[in-house]
Amino acid sequence: MAQSIAKEFTKGLWEEIPPFRLVLGLCPTLAVTKSVDTAIGMGVGLTFVLVCSNMIISLLRKIIPDKVRIACYIVVIAAFVTVVELVMQAFTYPLYLKLGIFIPLIVVNCIVLGRAEAFAGKNPVLPSIADGLGMGIGYTLSLTALAAIRECFGAGTLLGTPVFGPWFHPFTFMVQAPGAFVCLGLMLCIMNIIGSK
Amino acid sequence: MENYIVLAISCIFVNNILLAQYLGNCPFLGTSKKMETAVGMAMAVIFVLVMAGIMAWITTNYFLKPLNLEYLTTISYILVIASLVQFVEMFLKKSIPALYSGLGIFLPLITTNCAVLGVCLINLKEDYTFLQAVVASFSYAVGYGLALVLFAGLRERINIARVPQPLQDTSLGLVTAGMLSLAFFAFKGMA
Repeated sequence: MAQSIAKEFTKGLWEEIPPFRLVLGLCPTLAVTKSVDTAIGMGVGLTFVLVCSNMIISLLRKIIPDKVRIACYIVVIAAFVTVVELVMQAFTYPLYLKLGIFIPLIVVNCIVLGRAEAFAGKNPVLPSIADGLGMGIGYTLSLTALAAIRECFGAGTLLGTPVFGPWFHPFTFMVQAPGAFVCLGLMLCIMNIIGSK
Repeated sequence: MENYIVLAISCIFVNNILLAQYLGNCPFLGTSKKMETAVGMAMAVIFVLVMAGIMAWITTNYFLKPLNLEYLTTISYILVIASLVQFVEMFLKKSIPALYSGLGIFLPLITTNCAVLGVCLINLKEDYTFLQAVVASFSYAVGYGLALVLFAGLRERINIARVPQPLQDTSLGLVTAGMLSLAFFAFKGMA
């Protein structure tokens, strides 16, 4: 039992790490990785929503009728997203402003709905929580890695502190929209090379 | 009148929903492998986005604002969109079967297309009037369709080319999207 829970947890960290192995939830991946702090904020918010919605959906999986399950899932997810939105607005207002519409958009993040449909709707509570936590942490790690590369080269800083000397000229392409696509594409390629060995 | 034209151009090109605002990327990569599916998805998005924009505006201004329930925006919008999509699907199936078979499987996918919810939220944030909201929703949808069809054209050509194995599929798709986004980036100078 404990072993299978550990397995559900660790698969989100490498084997099925979103958004690289499961190419889902790309919009926030591209939009909030301009700097490391927004990436971590988004990751934590998403992890919270994922764990809570997985837990509730797994608890209710025998009550929810099969035909309207997607609608039920979305309502559960939307409720937790509203919680995250209000909490962020109250306690981390600068982060709330920076993330903007991407907080309410967690509702339509395919990872959350995808895990609900593929995992939590069929499995007991504890593995579902482990699955949500693993996927959430994996997503946070990916976002942070991508954001670190983009912030480092695009702005020459890491979490706001300069990493290079004064000689460094920021490569602003990286922090703008085209850079996001190219950078994610290249990271996916590197993951493929490592994974295929 | 002039204002509406400026708004439309800025929504289609300068703030292109896909390439400048990063919304709706999952279906963008998923449905762009073939031109036919790309066109189908583009039509479905234009159709649903305009209706969703109208419904969201009505929901906010006639229900949420008078009742001081703005904190329920996220839940009510997603419910409005989900039921709208379901309703449109049933309506088309009954009355316009030709259009239904054309849009077919793309309609249910739209519920989780973040472009739809995203545009409704942008309209809300910008505090548009009713007519502005309609024009903006339509223009965003046209911009989405334009980017999707252009991208599908590029991708069909890439499929013929020989690509190194690790770069295949999504990876090169994203890099291509970056190049397309670079082209759209030039419109920023017009703003």
